Amino acid sequence: MELVRKWVQAVFFLVTNGYWNFPVTRGIYQGPLKVICSPGLNCYSCPAATTYCPLGSLQQLLAGIRLAIANGQFFIGFYVVAGMGVIGAFVGRMVCGWACPFGLFQELLHKIPSPKFGIWQPLRYLKYVFLLFLVILLPLLAVDEFGLGDPWFCKYICPAGTLEAGFPLLLMQPGLRSGLGLLFLNKLFLLLLFAGWAVIASRPFCRTACPLGAFYALFYKIKLVKLHLDPERCTNCAACHNVCPMGVRFNESPDDMECISCLACSKACKFNAINLEIGGLPLINQPGPSPAYRMKKTPA
Amino acid sequence: MKSKGKKNQHKIRIMPFVAIFLFLLLGIIGISLGEPSRVLEQASQICLSCIGIG
Repeated sequence: MELVRKWVQAVFFLVTNGYWNFPVTRGIYQGPLKVICSPGLNCYSCPAATTYCPLGSLQQLLAGIRLAIANGQFFIGFYVVAGMGVIGAFVGRMVCGWACPFGLFQELLHKIPSPKFGIWQPLRYLKYVFLLFLVILLPLLAVDEFGLGDPWFCKYICPAGTLEAGFPLLLMQPGLRSGLGLLFLNKLFLLLLFAGWAVIASRPFCRTACPLGAFYALFYKIKLVKLHLDPERCTNCAACHNVCPMGVRFNESPDDMECISCLACSKACKFNAINLEIGGLPLINQPGPSPAYRMKKTPA
Repeated sequence: MKSKGKKNQHKIRIMPFVAIFLFLLLGIIGISLGEPSRVLEQASQICLSCIGIG
């Protein structure tokens, strides 16, 4: 299953970054596909990007909302939120584990041999602060004299933008280099920080700073496709604890907002207690009585 | 036997379908307001903020 997931990640990476003519045009893709929402964090200014980044688009729409309304255009972000919402209601954070290019980037970095560490659990709440303030409130409320806001998350934090758009565009368009300054250094520092952190800890950006992951996490209860714990089969052996890339203890919190449904725990569970379900129906019906049930019934 | 049969019954969750429907409705409202063209316009331009120079 891990191999399947890697293939799906590769396919999503190639589909959302499928414009390979950019070395010739030396610019970004400007075709009609860019009206489609990228499920994962994938900067739309990446020269190869074929879809729009929901976070970037939402911030841009909120930042320009006053000007748009003044011109009689009610561009409030319904279309973008709807795209994110449909994806979230279908699969929630499964996107992070299966379809996000920046998630794949971190996973590959984590394969570099090094001492591995955990991540302090309270840091997980930072991404919700980023979602509320940097993606919604500040672009909406902190405006200049013309009523225009800034895409705060993209401008000050997003390491995906620096990696996917910054480097290639600065290489291809020398004219852009004149604008380099403290802003770029800040973003470069954050990219290096998260990249270095990803070597020693699993998915640090997803777990602490990604507002898109935070948005998808809000669907943890109601998403259509989710992992289900069969309490009758679970022996609380904790085999699922050590394999989770997000630090979830699945047997203790099967509805954890951090779960990216990567199925690592399902594979690690010898008792088939963790399975994928769609809309409440199990994807695979496990045959026979559960081993845990049998163990409980066996007299000592 | 009867109780075992009940135990194995799986309940279809309705909420995901309600949420998907509501977001699709929101999307239709967005489309009717002409948002996709604005999104396309934005996504077709280089975002200097994303690069870190704007």
